[in-house]
Amino acid sequence: MDLLAASAVNWSRAQFALTAGYHWLFVPLTIGLALIMAIMESLYVKTGDEKWKIATKFWQKIFGINFAIGIATGIILEFQFGTNWSNYSWFVGDIFGAPLAIEGIFAFFMEATFVSIMFFGWNRVSKKMHLASTWLVFLGASLSAFWILVANAWMQYPIGMEFNPESVRNEMTDFWAVAFSPVAYNKFLHTTFSCWAVGAAFVVAISGWYLLKKRHADFAVKSMLIGSIVGLVAFVMLAVTGDGSAYHVAQKQPMKLAAMEGLYEGKEGAGLVAVGMLNPAKERYNDEADPYIFKIELPKLLSLLGYRNINAFVPGIVDIVDGGYTLPDGTTALSFQERRERGLTAIKALADYQVAKEEGRDADAANHETILRENYAHFGYGYLQTEEDLIPNVPLTFYSFHLMVMIGMYFILFFVVMLYFLYKRDMVKSRWLHYVALWSLPLAYIASELGWVVAEVGRQPWTIQDILPVQAASSAISSQNVITTFILFAVLFTGLLIAEVTIMVKQIRKGPDSEGLKA
Amino acid sequence: MSLLGGLLVFLLFVQGGQSMLHSLSRKEDEKRLLVNALGRKWEYTFTTLVTFGGAFFASFPLFYSTSFGGAYWAWMILLFCFVLQAVSYEFQSKPGNIFGVRTYRMFLFINGLLGTFLLGVMVASFFTGSEFTVGKGNIAGLGTAGPVISQWQNPLHGLELLGNLRNLTLGFAVFFLARTLASLFFVNRLSHEVLEKRSRKFVLFNGLPFVVLFLIFLIWTLLAEGYAVDPATNVVSLEKMKYLHNFVEMPLVMALFLLGVAAVLYGIIHTVFSGSFKKGIWFSGAGTIVTVTMLLLVAGYNNTAFYPSSFDLQSSLTLQNSSSSEFTLSAMAVVSLFVPVVAAYIFYAWRALERRKLSLEDLNSDGHTY
Repeated sequence: MDLLAASAVNWSRAQFALTAGYHWLFVPLTIGLALIMAIMESLYVKTGDEKWKIATKFWQKIFGINFAIGIATGIILEFQFGTNWSNYSWFVGDIFGAPLAIEGIFAFFMEATFVSIMFFGWNRVSKKMHLASTWLVFLGASLSAFWILVANAWMQYPIGMEFNPESVRNEMTDFWAVAFSPVAYNKFLHTTFSCWAVGAAFVVAISGWYLLKKRHADFAVKSMLIGSIVGLVAFVMLAVTGDGSAYHVAQKQPMKLAAMEGLYEGKEGAGLVAVGMLNPAKERYNDEADPYIFKIELPKLLSLLGYRNINAFVPGIVDIVDGGYTLPDGTTALSFQERRERGLTAIKALADYQVAKEEGRDADAANHETILRENYAHFGYGYLQTEEDLIPNVPLTFYSFHLMVMIGMYFILFFVVMLYFLYKRDMVKSRWLHYVALWSLPLAYIASELGWVVAEVGRQPWTIQDILPVQAASSAISSQNVITTFILFAVLFTGLLIAEVTIMVKQIRKGPDSEGLKA
Repeated sequence: MSLLGGLLVFLLFVQGGQSMLHSLSRKEDEKRLLVNALGRKWEYTFTTLVTFGGAFFASFPLFYSTSFGGAYWAWMILLFCFVLQAVSYEFQSKPGNIFGVRTYRMFLFINGLLGTFLLGVMVASFFTGSEFTVGKGNIAGLGTAGPVISQWQNPLHGLELLGNLRNLTLGFAVFFLARTLASLFFVNRLSHEVLEKRSRKFVLFNGLPFVVLFLIFLIWTLLAEGYAVDPATNVVSLEKMKYLHNFVEMPLVMALFLLGVAAVLYGIIHTVFSGSFKKGIWFSGAGTIVTVTMLLLVAGYNNTAFYPSSFDLQSSLTLQNSSSSEFTLSAMAVVSLFVPVVAAYIFYAWRALERRKLSLEDLNSDGHTY
């Protein structure tokens, strides 16, 4: 029975990862293109140059193809919280549901309404109204990202709530703490800039392809210019907000940071691994094997990033399991076993509370509630069995993180070169750069997906940090059911992805002067 | 929440229209016109569904947990056919779509059929009950069922709802209602003589089965046992003619319900008998919103369990035991103050795009077609 349940949990995780992974192929392009379209249309309205209008309409067409499939995958994500993670929904729905509802009311309606004006309104509303609609589509898409990231950030850093043992759920006590938690704010910026980055890389790549084919040179150079400016801003800001993310992870999810860096033994003045290869022979967190085959470190940088102090102590995986080091707030860290004890105490207190309530022993219930509250910060540890349960997949987190950072650095250089050639040299003749632009596109997608791998794999086993691990969060459905829907979704999404890509390729081949775009 | 539900059912006219693409049109250009008339509205249905999901999550997280995690297959199939819908409009007439226009229109048909029917079945289960248990002690290790609080007791995970005749009746009623509304929408929107005439006939063909099926469901439900909650002890019990009592004890709800039904019927009948009346969709549409809203109020107000468990009466969800905390609900209430703003810009956009009726010529001049 236990084995079956474990497999259902893993299949539910796989299904969520599959849906989220596909969803994230489409969303960044939607948001990024929306920004680039809005800038182009602003130039059209300002200068009256029809070429900007044609460019806007071309990218709008690509946007439309991509938009629908992003919505399709998104709706599945929202409902999966109920279908596959019903205990999670019960436990924290009081807090988690609110941002989703607000997203619907504020963001989706804005997006859907103004998308229809943007598509169908060229001849039906005024120029300025149309421009406003395009900007509002961008705003709606960004707001939608904001609220969903508020929800995600809350899972990584739960605040503004109190546990109610009567209803067995966490209830919101401070809306603003949830909506504007520093983690949410930083996550939103980092993710939004990553969307701009993908949009920019996409526009530049397609423009590069046109130049290679010696078609629409003027359109391509114009698009490249906008794309490169947006791209450079995005990647520089990604570095800045990435630094913010690392800081928050260090404070709130030290285990995730340790996994990102493959750091087993903590130290003061820890360095940041620039390049490294993990040792596959390392099987347990506390065995003797060296974690690395090789690594090149930037000295002291990890301490600086994580704690804003070059000599700060950064705990490794072993330290977090064993406890005993001094936390930034001056207290001593508890070991895994100590936290597990307290988690079990909290869970038992909840059970005792419920029995006491049922039997009408209110004074006893109050006592149990006090015990529960004292230990609630460790509640989720009671569901974990061994030390290993606490440790995320280190290689996956480590390589995802480092590859993402490397690609990010590459793109800063890439866009600087692009802008240099656009302003100082003849871009149309620089064929090698067109190839580079085209082949850089997959890198942008890879980096953007890897970002989510780091964020979500790195926080395992928690659905809500320290409070609820995945084992206790899922629905009571057998793995056969989940496997079936997993396969259905995998086939469906893959089919739709292939259709989307071929449709896009056809539209791109047709080019910006195809019928219906001029007018 | 009830109002959102009402809106959602009204907006199902898009699905209703999708289910008639084949039967209503004879020629390809007619089909294209229908697809495009609906295509300019599909995002609204979709967005309402998403918002409905989010709002349900925020206001009744325990329902979200119990129903979605339990009636797994019913919801999954529903979601699946909405995924098909989302891509079908955009992809169907684009070159390179791999599966061909027929497949995408088949997707739209499937969504039109199952999307409406299954939602009807789910709403019916608010009156007929489902097989689940709720054990708050599970998460603390009490009992032997494992940590999951709400557990579905039927291995078919929602498909068993299709075995209940009363559920099926409402399912088909909603399906025909959606088709009726779609026909009324076409009468109102299209400037295409042949299609308009045919749509009028379709109002009758679909309106009739809808009215019959809906009346059967209504009378059956009013006379059947309902799930009553004792306000003092919170004990749930079966009460004869509970929903009829609810109507009688809430006269305002009954009055509005009857008014809604009358508006729906007026829209249908007037469109069928008068060759020039085009505003039927507004009467029937508004009527649908009011009727469904009132029906959902009857399912949950006046000490009634809105999501009853036929397996274990005491596990039934009531407004009191499954809603969000007061704090979250007041936060959501503040958020709802912005709904009129949202409604205003939707109204503006609808007006801006629909000032002219849709004809075949528009499809070529508006720039974006499906």
